[in-house]
Amino acid sequence: MAEELNVGCARPTGGPVGESEAPPATEQEPGKKEVASMVQVGKKAPDFVAPGYHNGKFVNIKLSEYLGKWTLLCFYPGDFTFV
Amino acid sequence: MSIDSMYVHKMWNDYELSKMVQGGIPFPMLSDTGGKVGKVYGVYDEDAGVETRGRFIIDPDGVIQAFEVLTPPVGRNVAEAIRQIQAFQLVRESKGTEATPSGWKPGKKVLKPGVDLVGRVWEEWKTEMASD
Repeated sequence: MAEELNVGCARPTGGPVGESEAPPATEQEPGKKEVASMVQVGKKAPDFVAPGYHNGKFVNIKLSEYLGKWTLLCFYPGDFTFV
Repeated sequence: MSIDSMYVHKMWNDYELSKMVQGGIPFPMLSDTGGKVGKVYGVYDEDAGVETRGRFIIDPDGVIQAFEVLTPPVGRNVAEAIRQIQAFQLVRESKGTEATPSGWKPGKKVLKPGVDLVGRVWEEWKTEMASD
């Protein structure tokens, strides 16, 4: 499932996959403020790839690999942040 | 997932978390340096440069069924996250014919929304059931 990563000095990064992120900045209707895209319940979870650590290995994970399973995705401020 | 590198994840797991959880963290610890994924999910705090405590329940079709976002100093309740997953699994198995009222947990009464239930919830469900 998850592809194992080779470790080098470059810091691996991931990011969203699939649909392009922000639409090109075109002229907007006056008075209509740009609203940051926020996910919604009942809508698809945006797919992404991210490097990570799992069972003693560095791996590359894609969210869509978990289709067919119930998935809990948790964000937190940082390692060693106490709670 | 946090803005830490996978190298820091390894150190946190090996140095500290493996002392709390035997065998270490059983799920992938993901790295989102730059917060690109966090931005898309609405949990990246630009000012602090970190991600807030966001938790998303994603069903087998890849649809977000629930989320909760807390500021950093308050930890979450794992039992509540599991209860919600169990409730969404029940609803999915019933193909949407059943609904879980406030305070539901496994084994407790479910409701079957429909024309016969309109105006009759008070007979089927009592307010004490929200917290018993």
